[in-house]
Amino acid sequence: MSTDFKGMDVVSIRDFSREQIEHVLRLAEKMVPIAKGEERSVMLEGRILGTVFYEPSTRTRLSFESAMSRLGGKCLGFGEPKISSVAKGETLADTIRMIDSYCDAIVLRHTQEGAARLAGHFARKPVINAGDGAGQHPTQTMLDLFTIRKEKKKIEGNHVVIVGDLKYGRTVHSLSEALAMFGAELTFVAPPNLQIPKEHLKAIEAMGHKPKISSTLGEALKDADVLYVTRIQKERFPDLAEYQKVAGTYRIDMPMLKDVKSDLIIMHPLPRVGEIAPEVDETPHAKYFEQAFNGVPVRMALLGLVLGGLK
Amino acid sequence: MKEFKVTPIRNGTVIDHITMGMALKVLKIIGVAEDVSSTVSVLMHVPSKKAGWKDIVKIEDRELDPKELDRIALISPNATINIIRDYNVAEKFVVEVPNVVKGVMKCSNPGCITNQNEPVEPEFVVESKKPITLRCVYCDRLTTEIAENIQ
Repeated sequence: MSTDFKGMDVVSIRDFSREQIEHVLRLAEKMVPIAKGEERSVMLEGRILGTVFYEPSTRTRLSFESAMSRLGGKCLGFGEPKISSVAKGETLADTIRMIDSYCDAIVLRHTQEGAARLAGHFARKPVINAGDGAGQHPTQTMLDLFTIRKEKKKIEGNHVVIVGDLKYGRTVHSLSEALAMFGAELTFVAPPNLQIPKEHLKAIEAMGHKPKISSTLGEALKDADVLYVTRIQKERFPDLAEYQKVAGTYRIDMPMLKDVKSDLIIMHPLPRVGEIAPEVDETPHAKYFEQAFNGVPVRMALLGLVLGGLK
Repeated sequence: MKEFKVTPIRNGTVIDHITMGMALKVLKIIGVAEDVSSTVSVLMHVPSKKAGWKDIVKIEDRELDPKELDRIALISPNATINIIRDYNVAEKFVVEVPNVVKGVMKCSNPGCITNQNEPVEPEFVVESKKPITLRCVYCDRLTTEIAENIQ
């Protein structure tokens, strides 16, 4: 696979080879000073990014907008479909064809799985998937990989424990497949009804890995290098008491971190709702806010690549 | 007098070796419910040397188009197509499971964008032919529930 990304859609992490992802991560590293505002860039001056969000988003939308602005480009779009023609029943295909004519690249978040692939069929400009229902969120995966690589120097060989809602959490599916591709060891910790779906497990096993599956954090945490925490959503449980019991079991607090490796890093795609106690924020383990920042340089690298500003 | 369960047909198609229980699905695929201008015979649960049991469908004065053959292959990959012209078997072949399936079935994922009112035909890549497993090109969902989703 080539590393020429110009005009390419970014729909699923499965569309990328390890070599291509490494290329994005290397370029993202170079973008950090610009993302922090320490250096200026006009790489995408005169270019327009369409941000089309059918679902609420804070980090993803703002970090794409920040990334585009830091590179000298501009953004247009909507973050609330109620105020657009979507509310009048316009198809996604029509909305995309229209926005396609107003901008140079499109970032799409949608409630339905496969929406970004569909948008890619109708748009002439590159489409970047910012999450499609319970499906893919490839730029989140790339920023997660970037964070692990930055903090741990490499991805390969690290023991990554992923905890939370592994069934519906969209970040987990693409991340775990990508981590397996990079040679990380994986442990999945979740209540049985929210464990990683079989098809993802199969895909990981097909890459020659044998992930561990557990319903408790205890043992797995001891030799973990990375703890990736995701939110357990209340609506997945018919009984509120059951939810509270399960959510409480996986809450990361200071006593839980007593026996962990000193260089363990804790990540979370955010927003968190009590999965990580606030006092953990002050420990050197907490990397979730850096992780949220890393979305900017990674998205800058991707925008630069698909718009032809970077090679 | 010798009793025929189903008499030979003069012109048309005999679909033999249909997976047992799939004959009615085959009828749905070839659309006999809407457009019947000649005789259609259905045999279900017929002893078969190869598979133990099979179904057979005979349609007079009709040959099938490639899309119909693709659909039949998906629900009954061992079905044999016999094209009959003037009481003779003019052509005989086993259906072939295609590598890509387009516009033949809907995605089994209710959350897939192709199940909304969008102007696209559902499309699948055949990941495995035994058992037949399809991957939706749009949402990546794998499905083996073909018969339930044939359109």
